Amino acid sequence: MTGKDLNIYVHHVTRVEGHGNILVDVKNGELKEVKLEIIESPRFFEAMLVGRRFPEAVHIASRICGICSISHTAASIKAIEDALDIKPTWQTETLRKILMEAEILDSHALHSFFLAVPDFFGLPSVIPMASTNPDVVKTAINFKKLAHEICDVMVGRHTHPISMVVDGFTNLVTEEQMAELLKKIKAALKNDVPKMLEFFSRIKFPDFERKANYTCLVNPEMYPFYDGMIKSSEAGVYRHRDYRQKIVERVVDHSTAKHAFGPVKPYMVGALARFNTNYKQLMPGAQEAAKMLGLEAPSYNPYHITLAQVVEIVHCLESMSRLIEQLLSRGIRDERVERPPLAGWSARLPPAKKSWGVGVVEAPRGLLIHEYRINGNGTIDAANCIIPTAQNLANIEADMRELVPQILDRSKEEITQLLEMLVRSYDPCISCSAHLLKVDFVE
Amino acid sequence: MAKPKVAFFDFTCCEGCQLTVLSLGDKLLDLFESVEVVNFREASSYKGQDYDIAFVEGSIASSKDIERIKEIRKRAKVLVALGACAHTAGVNAIRNFHNQQEIRKMVYGDKAWVFDSILAQPIDAIVRVDYYIPECPIDKEEFLRFVSQLLNNMKPFLPDYPVCVECKMKGNVCNYHKPNPIICLGPVTRGGCGAICPSAGNACEGCRGLIPDANLEAMEWLLNEYGVSAEDKFRFYRMYNGLMGMKK
Repeated sequence: MTGKDLNIYVHHVTRVEGHGNILVDVKNGELKEVKLEIIESPRFFEAMLVGRRFPEAVHIASRICGICSISHTAASIKAIEDALDIKPTWQTETLRKILMEAEILDSHALHSFFLAVPDFFGLPSVIPMASTNPDVVKTAINFKKLAHEICDVMVGRHTHPISMVVDGFTNLVTEEQMAELLKKIKAALKNDVPKMLEFFSRIKFPDFERKANYTCLVNPEMYPFYDGMIKSSEAGVYRHRDYRQKIVERVVDHSTAKHAFGPVKPYMVGALARFNTNYKQLMPGAQEAAKMLGLEAPSYNPYHITLAQVVEIVHCLESMSRLIEQLLSRGIRDERVERPPLAGWSARLPPAKKSWGVGVVEAPRGLLIHEYRINGNGTIDAANCIIPTAQNLANIEADMRELVPQILDRSKEEITQLLEMLVRSYDPCISCSAHLLKVDFVE
Repeated sequence: MAKPKVAFFDFTCCEGCQLTVLSLGDKLLDLFESVEVVNFREASSYKGQDYDIAFVEGSIASSKDIERIKEIRKRAKVLVALGACAHTAGVNAIRNFHNQQEIRKMVYGDKAWVFDSILAQPIDAIVRVDYYIPECPIDKEEFLRFVSQLLNNMKPFLPDYPVCVECKMKGNVCNYHKPNPIICLGPVTRGGCGAICPSAGNACEGCRGLIPDANLEAMEWLLNEYGVSAEDKFRFYRMYNGLMGMKK
């Protein structure tokens, strides 16, 4: 369609975490500008970590995000352990893997059911669905309750975990508690998963394809969230410590979050990037689920991120039960006497040496990197955090640039709706990513 | 009786307190039944501007935030500060003790001049706050108790005893008496959290703010006894209570 003028400005995109605006400008049928403006106030976390003793950093870093605080805690702990050459025990790492998967379950349930689904029913929120589709809402709440119970039992609470610290746990779960959790996870697999799959297999997602560069962790042993090498379709496979050569962050004027390129082109991180890259390592039930949902790897449709999340919910439930079974068969040992965990405010901390370390994990929304430089006094001299949403921003804009000309013949409302759904499908976590500046706009 | 209209607003924070509300589980459905939620950006596209109770989370950290919170205060009959960032400026206030020019340059180099950022402040530094629900993040039970008290025309209250009271009731070994002692702010921090952090084996970091008339002098002796340096004391208090000298 030629000659069309279109101006879209969505102020404060809803049902996303943090504050962002969408701006589209079309003149004479030609796309002039597409932007996802990030207007969250700057938060300066990297500066706040400076001058803190290394174990304290963990609890401050967790406050970057309320949804993925376990991932931030894990990345922060791993960066410190990397710097100080601490190799945690098998038990500690297994418990951390379970926690990461519980967080993926919680975050994906929140996004796929509460934030993404209302779009497909033309509803403003999930609240009216409590009366129209009570079963669906109940299923979502069951998943979230389960995830929270796992975290409450293991680390005190989900948002801002308490006992998860450098080289261990200040409080240890018992075998009885883990066995109890295992029962509940198995019940969820049996009762709630079929309902979820049935519900999502009926939803029709918009058709749109754009092959992106996909970046995530890879690990020959498992579908990784906690540990692995980084694989990028542009830069290949590389070690976590080399990320600065492979990921370039740039300040753009319309975003308080930096945009990341890997190293030249935009790239996608998160559930769909992981699904496309590591499909073969999904647990059997999760592969089955993907088939039921009609999701094939690789999928180039960014709207399918929500489906990939549903598949990961199934995977995490299965993987958690496997990990808990392994843990129980070995037995949980109290390791705190022989190697006391380094809690944030221990009166006596071991001496630190001048060092630096990088911690990489897969947060619910994708690759998360923390890097700290620690000086001889054990305080942090410099910190750098690369947040999943910051990595996705350039890719979302690239998607929008390709999508808008394809749908220009539709009504403004429809275009706006599709763009909002696109942004929402990436599940952006804006308050995490805005450690940068805030810009004023002419509105 | 018409349901009271409730709105949630977020300022500079991690939004963990709103998420805690969304994670109430079955109680969330009860909440949606007893109040009408008109504004909850994190969960809904509907943006109602007519509300009785405003729950505000996050700190004031830019000049636009100031205008926005004043507007909310004008519309709301009751304004509740939700969580540590709204109550004491929380961890956001850590950056207030850095050189602002330096940290701006540290984070974004030569673009330092573009942004709108002021020192992080609690909500009551700008507008009157009717009630506080402290903690980082808020406690689910305390939030539900608060809402039910408010809906039943009772005056919501906060405990004014220290975290130590609840910690003792739980039968925990005192953090200071452990073989590898942990410095803990329990003696001067407002209780009500059920001593959640000491119960999970870690320190109380003071996220609920100080109790009224906290005996800071005795706290000082205690920290000295454990050889905590002046620098560490500052860092410890400045986790959540950096602005305590400015608050009653």
